[in-house]
Amino acid sequence: MLRYVLRRLVYTFATLAAVSVVAFLVIQLPPGDFLTSFSAKFAEQGGALDSDALTALKLRYGLDQPWYVQYWLWISGILFRGDFGESFEWNKPVSELMWDRFGMTVLLSGITLIVTWIVALPIGIYSAVRRYSWLDYVVTFLGFLGLAVPSFLLALALMYVFSRYFGMSVSGLFSPAYVNAEWSLAKVGDLAMHLWLPVFVLATHGTAALIRVMRANLIDELYKPYVQTARANGLGEMELLFKYPVRVALNPFISTIGWVLPNLVSGAIVTSVVMSLPTAGPLLLSALLAQDMYLAGSFILMLSALTVIGTLISDLLLAWLDPRVRYA
Amino acid sequence: MRPIPMLERMSALPVTAVAQPEPLVTVRDLKVQIGTDDGLVRAVDGVTFDVPRGRTLCLVGESGSGKSITGRALMNLLPPSGRIAAGRITYTDRAGEAIDIGALDPRGRQIRGLRGKDISLISQEPMAALSPVHTIGQQLVPVIRRHLGLSRREAEARAVEMLGRVGIPKPAERLGNYPFEFSGGMRQRVCIALALSCQPRLLIADEPTTALDVTTQANIIDLLQELQREYGLSILFITHDLGVVAEIADDVAVMYLGRIVERGTVDEIFADPRHPYTQALLKSVPRLGAGRHTRLAAIRGMVPSPFDRPAGCDFRPRCDLAIKGLCEIEDPGTITLGPRRDVRCVLQRTPSTDSVVTERSTSHA
Repeated sequence: MLRYVLRRLVYTFATLAAVSVVAFLVIQLPPGDFLTSFSAKFAEQGGALDSDALTALKLRYGLDQPWYVQYWLWISGILFRGDFGESFEWNKPVSELMWDRFGMTVLLSGITLIVTWIVALPIGIYSAVRRYSWLDYVVTFLGFLGLAVPSFLLALALMYVFSRYFGMSVSGLFSPAYVNAEWSLAKVGDLAMHLWLPVFVLATHGTAALIRVMRANLIDELYKPYVQTARANGLGEMELLFKYPVRVALNPFISTIGWVLPNLVSGAIVTSVVMSLPTAGPLLLSALLAQDMYLAGSFILMLSALTVIGTLISDLLLAWLDPRVRYA
Repeated sequence: MRPIPMLERMSALPVTAVAQPEPLVTVRDLKVQIGTDDGLVRAVDGVTFDVPRGRTLCLVGESGSGKSITGRALMNLLPPSGRIAAGRITYTDRAGEAIDIGALDPRGRQIRGLRGKDISLISQEPMAALSPVHTIGQQLVPVIRRHLGLSRREAEARAVEMLGRVGIPKPAERLGNYPFEFSGGMRQRVCIALALSCQPRLLIADEPTTALDVTTQANIIDLLQELQREYGLSILFITHDLGVVAEIADDVAVMYLGRIVERGTVDEIFADPRHPYTQALLKSVPRLGAGRHTRLAAIRGMVPSPFDRPAGCDFRPRCDLAIKGLCEIEDPGTITLGPRRDVRCVLQRTPSTDSVVTERSTSHA
């Protein structure tokens, strides 16, 4: 087990290093840089930047250096000083902008993940054990619906219904009074009031997918000889179900930890924009549009890091749960 | 397949009627139906036999003959689509009370109290018969605790003792191992230890050696025979391998298409097979010293589909001895030749043998 953990840790660090290079290259890929779009915007508004000012800015941000020097400046700042660089667009350190958004993203993802599990696990088990019962058909139908309807559409429809007919404030995670307030019990309460709708929208897709996975996996396990052995030894149906096949079929649940984070951030950008959620997605989008290099790069790096760490956690949990993984 | 000693000495054996003790299980006219997408299959269609105490009864037959389903029915452990449609399975428990197994709720407390404690099962696939994510101990100990009411420590001691008894080296250490850390033969030994851990009185062994190599097969069979002597165990051994039958059986019942076509002691079946199907099965066994140019005999044709049973005798389309105008019309019925010997074939109906013809249902659709 220890060897397995060590090996996974080594892989994780190697992956993280590779990811940081790729993240930096990706934000360098589009033609031009922040100054190009900055001066274009400036020109649009009637002004003009002379070339001296441009050169001065270029020098200040090291934009005249080759990419690997820029990369080194960036990554060493992060590693040694926790300095993610400056956001050009906001004129603020990236770290200041980022942590708040990340906190919200992780919170929202975590709650969504837990809701997904709590809903999908019992429904998936029921669907498998009572296969082809009318309730299984209902759940299957709803599941396919949940898979097929895009989240942002669901978000729009629900927001319309709740604000039009129930007069609720449905955008964002806070009421206007609390957005810039310090953290307090009242603010947490306000958050809870706003959280359920985005969680519902964001959890729908994952829940539907996980129900299908759980159902298929459990049906595979239910008729395996070891279940028959347990039955032949006098175990009751319920006891047997949870002790053996469900336990074996649980693996995909653990694997979801790895993909739910990136899914929430990348897949749910549109939803987050629609619902104006203060998560990482919308800010990343605007940073990319503005070619705000350090902000976008830091976001991509952090998201990738979270994904890699999520995968590591799910791998370790899997190894703990399934001895065959451990010894492989 | 190994050579069969009885085949080499085909002498006429004296039919001596030994006084039999009360059988442990009696099965009378058992019918099991299985619902499939194509309709109802009569997987077991009127089967009658006894499982004697402390002896081994072999159910022999091809795939699909209903032998496994018959075995499962004895524990009332049929697949969800199957049900016992008719007949009685009577088990005499330790207190001497007769229990109608088929009448019990298959999920009920009473039958669950018998499974694993009075009647145990070992199956064909030792590789898949144990949960892959639990240690041997995690699977053995709860069963022992449940049925024998022991403490954890006592149950663990019992599990170690059982593993040692079935020939697992260092049993105390291996209790913490997972199934995939055992070889196929060792895994089947673990399954046997699990099945026998609560000292059952009947062991249903459903092709326990099929997935194993020949040397391991021999070891497992020796082990089962040893344990049978030690515990006075009755065994219902299900197999298609006549070599194994010759080695382990006291009594044999040959099944074909959900019916028992011939029943007798192992010597009677091998030395004096009466049913053309049994005769053909025995002819198809390869023999030592038969010479390399001898063609291996095979039974022509295929087992008919259960949806398309032939009229009259089930075996008629493949039978070399079929009598035109009789076999395709008339169900042969069960002809009793002795106290534990009967056969379903019109050829045995000669008036010279003092036989009692019990005509049951004629002509099946």
